[in-house]
Amino acid sequence: MQASALAVNISALKSVLLTQRVLLLKITIHLLSFLPLFAIYWLAFADQLGADPVKEVIHFTGIGGFNLLLLSLLITPLAKRFRQGYLLQTRRLLGLYSFSYASCHLLSFLAFEVQFDLALFFAEIIDRPYITVGMVAFIILFSLALTSPIAIRRKMARHWQKLHNGVYLAVLLIALHFFWSVKSDIVEPLIYFAMAIFLLTLRKDKFHRWFK
Amino acid sequence: MLIKTKTNAQLSGNDVTDEAVYHSRRQLLKQLGYLGAGSLLVQSAQAKSLEFFSSKKDPVFQRQSLSFQQASESQQILTPEAKITSHNNFYEFGTGKADPLDNAQAFKVNPWQLSISGAVDKPYTLGYDDLFTRFSLEERIYRLRCVEAWSMVIPWVGFSLAALIKKAAPNSRAKYVAFETLYDPEQMPGQNSRRIGGGVKYPYVEGLRIDEAMNPLTFMSVGLYGKTLPAQNGAPIRLVVPWKYGFKSIKAIVGIKLVEHQPPTTWNLLAANEYGFYANVNPEVDHPRWSQASERRITTGGLFARNRIATLPFNGYGEDVAHLYKNMNLRKHY
Repeated sequence: MQASALAVNISALKSVLLTQRVLLLKITIHLLSFLPLFAIYWLAFADQLGADPVKEVIHFTGIGGFNLLLLSLLITPLAKRFRQGYLLQTRRLLGLYSFSYASCHLLSFLAFEVQFDLALFFAEIIDRPYITVGMVAFIILFSLALTSPIAIRRKMARHWQKLHNGVYLAVLLIALHFFWSVKSDIVEPLIYFAMAIFLLTLRKDKFHRWFK
Repeated sequence: MLIKTKTNAQLSGNDVTDEAVYHSRRQLLKQLGYLGAGSLLVQSAQAKSLEFFSSKKDPVFQRQSLSFQQASESQQILTPEAKITSHNNFYEFGTGKADPLDNAQAFKVNPWQLSISGAVDKPYTLGYDDLFTRFSLEERIYRLRCVEAWSMVIPWVGFSLAALIKKAAPNSRAKYVAFETLYDPEQMPGQNSRRIGGGVKYPYVEGLRIDEAMNPLTFMSVGLYGKTLPAQNGAPIRLVVPWKYGFKSIKAIVGIKLVEHQPPTTWNLLAANEYGFYANVNPEVDHPRWSQASERRITTGGLFARNRIATLPFNGYGEDVAHLYKNMNLRKHY
């Protein structure tokens, strides 16, 4: 009697996990993305983040946003390879979190690095190639985030996909931005470059079609 | 009435902030690492401090108290000791700012040998104890301006480089001074690995013109905050040239050689268009990738500390050193 009740419970749990898997995945993404962001700002605010919390925050949000963007680009190949179509439903959330991290990255640079010296802020964006490149990537992500609601997507019809192909350019620009920003320790930026290139090569059929 | 005037060299401080309890933050960062988006894919360079399964107990580098002539009081707010000793560019121990703190604790400085040689009549060698006894020690409170546009105010203990050089009786061929850091890949993991050491060619070398080296401001530091140097700050002995970017102030020195020609210097070898031989702090000449017109002064306070200040020519030490560069184009000789 008890054993069968247990079996019923397990199968009920299984079906919940299966039917609600997108919801569960999304909750996980929310937790794994939002909590670290909250924690890093909290620690920085409390001066518990090493000697230079400004640098820590800028690096954390920059690399975190890049990680999330790469992850969002991994979804489609994964879903195709393992025939798990439902995964696609998490792509937009990952992309939006990537944009959120990028926004924090840029705003932290403005608020905490140059400390609202607007002349310096714009001079840096224009004069420093690595910041220019980062800014271009941010503008691309911004336009993708703006057009992410389903209603807008429908309205834009085939233009939407064209615009969102911009993500492939953005990921390369971000890799370059990272590579260019370091003094000499290029190993990590090169690994990121390799990951970006790898994710793009998974889409080589798509690029082939463009140039046919 | 006695009116005391001070030159910049005599800046000093009394606003000593307590050593904050920084160890808890490592724990927090570790916990963050489990959750962080930063942990989803490849580990970041800083993520060394987020190492997942490290439970090894780190040895702690021992520091001794020093007796020295204290600096006089001043208004400058000192950077807290905990920040000075946890935010270091010392690529021999890793490129992350906290890597040297993490990786240098087992560094052995005793015995040590520092040789003074080259174009001198009386070459000599200093052992570990000599570093603290051969010259009378004094405290100097200097601003340290990193080429990365942050700065600190640090109470060093040590002696002038001029005293050390004079003892060796340099001859007329001594036009430059070449410095060299210890080369010991077993102790300095960055010298063994491009990944850890940032692709720098080791041993780290630096150099000064002889008149720069003999300037009274140029300082050999054997301590900070009244105690011998922590390993991550360049124990047992390092150079401090307060009007130049921090990378000139070479750490853990084993060789000082008087030479006739301008010696090679590490960052200049790595990227000559970004880092010159002179490397004088100069708000007019930007680094190719960022502005040098202002800097963030690291003292106390978290994210909202309003700490961006204007960078001064020669880091504010112009009255003591500007004459060294008369008739020189400092845009060309950056």
